[in-house]
Amino acid sequence: MMMKRTVLALTIAVAVSALALPATAEEQVAPPRLSWSFAGPFGKYDPAQLQRGFKIYREVCSVCHSIQMLAFRNLADPGGPGFSEAQAAAVASEFKIKDLDDQGNPIERPGRPADTFPPPFANELVAKAANGGTAPPDMSTLAKARTYSRGFPWFILDAFTQYQEQGPDYIAALLKGYEDPPKGFQLPQAGHYNKFFPGHNIAMPPPIQAGQVTFDDGAPQTIDQYSKDMAAFLMWVAEPHLVQRKRIGFQVMIFLIVLAGLMYFTKKKVWSAVH
Amino acid sequence: MSGHSTYQPQNKFLQWFEKRLPIGGLIHSSFVAYPTPRNLNYLWTFGGILAFMLGVQIVTGIVLAMHYTPHVDLAFRSIESIMRDVNFGWLLRYLHAYGASMFFLAVYIHMFRGIYYGSYKEPREVLWILGVIIYLLMMATGFMGYVLVWGQMSFWAATVITNLFSAIPGVGETLVTWLWGGFAVGNPTLNRFYSLHYLLPFVIAGVVVLHIWALHVAGQNNPTGIEAKSDKDTVPFTPYATVKDGFFLACFCIVYAWFVFYIPGYLLNGDNFIPANPAVTPAEIVPEWYYLPFYAILRSIPDKLMGVIALFSSILVLAFIPWLDTSRVRSARYRPLFKQFFWLWVIACVGLGWLGSKQPEGIYVIMSRVFTVYYFAFFLIIMPLLGIFEKTKPLPNSISESVLGAKA
Repeated sequence: MMMKRTVLALTIAVAVSALALPATAEEQVAPPRLSWSFAGPFGKYDPAQLQRGFKIYREVCSVCHSIQMLAFRNLADPGGPGFSEAQAAAVASEFKIKDLDDQGNPIERPGRPADTFPPPFANELVAKAANGGTAPPDMSTLAKARTYSRGFPWFILDAFTQYQEQGPDYIAALLKGYEDPPKGFQLPQAGHYNKFFPGHNIAMPPPIQAGQVTFDDGAPQTIDQYSKDMAAFLMWVAEPHLVQRKRIGFQVMIFLIVLAGLMYFTKKKVWSAVH
Repeated sequence: MSGHSTYQPQNKFLQWFEKRLPIGGLIHSSFVAYPTPRNLNYLWTFGGILAFMLGVQIVTGIVLAMHYTPHVDLAFRSIESIMRDVNFGWLLRYLHAYGASMFFLAVYIHMFRGIYYGSYKEPREVLWILGVIIYLLMMATGFMGYVLVWGQMSFWAATVITNLFSAIPGVGETLVTWLWGGFAVGNPTLNRFYSLHYLLPFVIAGVVVLHIWALHVAGQNNPTGIEAKSDKDTVPFTPYATVKDGFFLACFCIVYAWFVFYIPGYLLNGDNFIPANPAVTPAEIVPEWYYLPFYAILRSIPDKLMGVIALFSSILVLAFIPWLDTSRVRSARYRPLFKQFFWLWVIACVGLGWLGSKQPEGIYVIMSRVFTVYYFAFFLIIMPLLGIFEKTKPLPNSISESVLGAKA
């Protein structure tokens, strides 16, 4: 008993001392948690929001950022922005795709649904040179690549509450996180101060102003709305089968719970003879 | 041990076949009539769960291999193509990625159970060592599979882990160049990791057959740690163990499905969604959660060579515990002191896992060192000494007595 108590006391002491100490690694400000239509076990993308996000991408982000893994046909995929196949083909035809003609001469032709979105720069070196030495990242998997550490004990709770939207939360916060640097902060030339960027020195200038993109559906044309719609769109780009995944997941869960229940009662019946 | 029934097929063809290849009898004696202690708790269902997970990994892995391209310029894209364009590719990929985590979760419970109930002791030493070999193969397979994604963390994990071998005096550098197939982690490295990642699961399957064979020679241990003495102490594998294993496997799959369908981002490192870039080092290089305790042991020691030795010793020491543990009593149930040292050791393992995910600085280093010392002391000092000094509780006369009380 003594031993057990000592063990417990030691464990608690070690745990408390670890938690009380300030983290020495690079500080990252936790972005505020937003509510997303695609969160939770029955989450679905909001097609209107994805269409708005797509409009922002086309008119603003695509000047510097590629989405090389997104094909035009994906715009008409179920569980996505809800464009029709004709609409997706129409969007494709508005883009110029580099190709070869029958004689092998380089040409530019209108895009087809099977094409992927053409990148804004010919290669990474061009992208770097045009952007002050830092190539703007491809956005295909950005919403899953950008995240932040939740720390103990939140990361344990997140497994139960299904909090999976760290990526979009971070992106939305970052897009409106531009501020004047606090006094004494040494901001390198060509850098921009962003509250939520790790280290606060981000190469990307504030990417969007209020009213820059016109929405036809009456949604407010504010930076707040832009950042949310863009983050949602990027989540869809990174995880296009999320809706299908959650729908099948629910069916699998029902099946497994019923199976486990039946197995439990079978087990009870079988073992009743020997207990 | 005597079986409960023998295999006598009624069907004429099966009788004819059985005379020529008695495989029906083998299956019957191994998975139907096989006597299993009647007092096994749910911790004993993890053997079956592990066999299931190996099957899941092999099946999903073979289909994924049909769509994967092991080339530095195409690997990342081909995995994204699996996620986007292959029918149910996202499902296969998540099943495989989380299959690895669930496999390790199950193997850790299986190993903790083995240590708690003394399942490694005479006559099960070979059975235990085969298990340690499977675990080593699993670690190698899991690591190489993680590299195949060819994201930032894949690349840098490959760099860090292969570089460990450079600590070996004299031949280290040559060995690492040989492992890489070049002077840095590159396309030859990715190719050979892919080849080995496809090969090793079948090696694991082979050792699993030996593991089960050895198990069926010695018989299962049980929570009392005393051997089954009569038919009253055992029940036939089918239906008793089959239905119990099946029930708990279904429960295990609920957890598995929760990860796959609802929180697939939970254990995947964000940096691994960025294509590998040898010119950019990620802020933190962290291995998958199942390697974290060993990573913490490695980093707790300031000297690289000593760190690498400690890392490998921490796994290899497991193979020697049948002889390091001097106690004649198997189960911790009757070993009051061992039980407490065991739980302390579990805390040390989990603590090392947590510390492995932290930057090695300040208090974290000190804690890692304390836990590392305890990790080794548990095997090298506590286990040998306890057998001499510990006063164990009286053992029951038989398994059936422990279950049914005096009326048996």
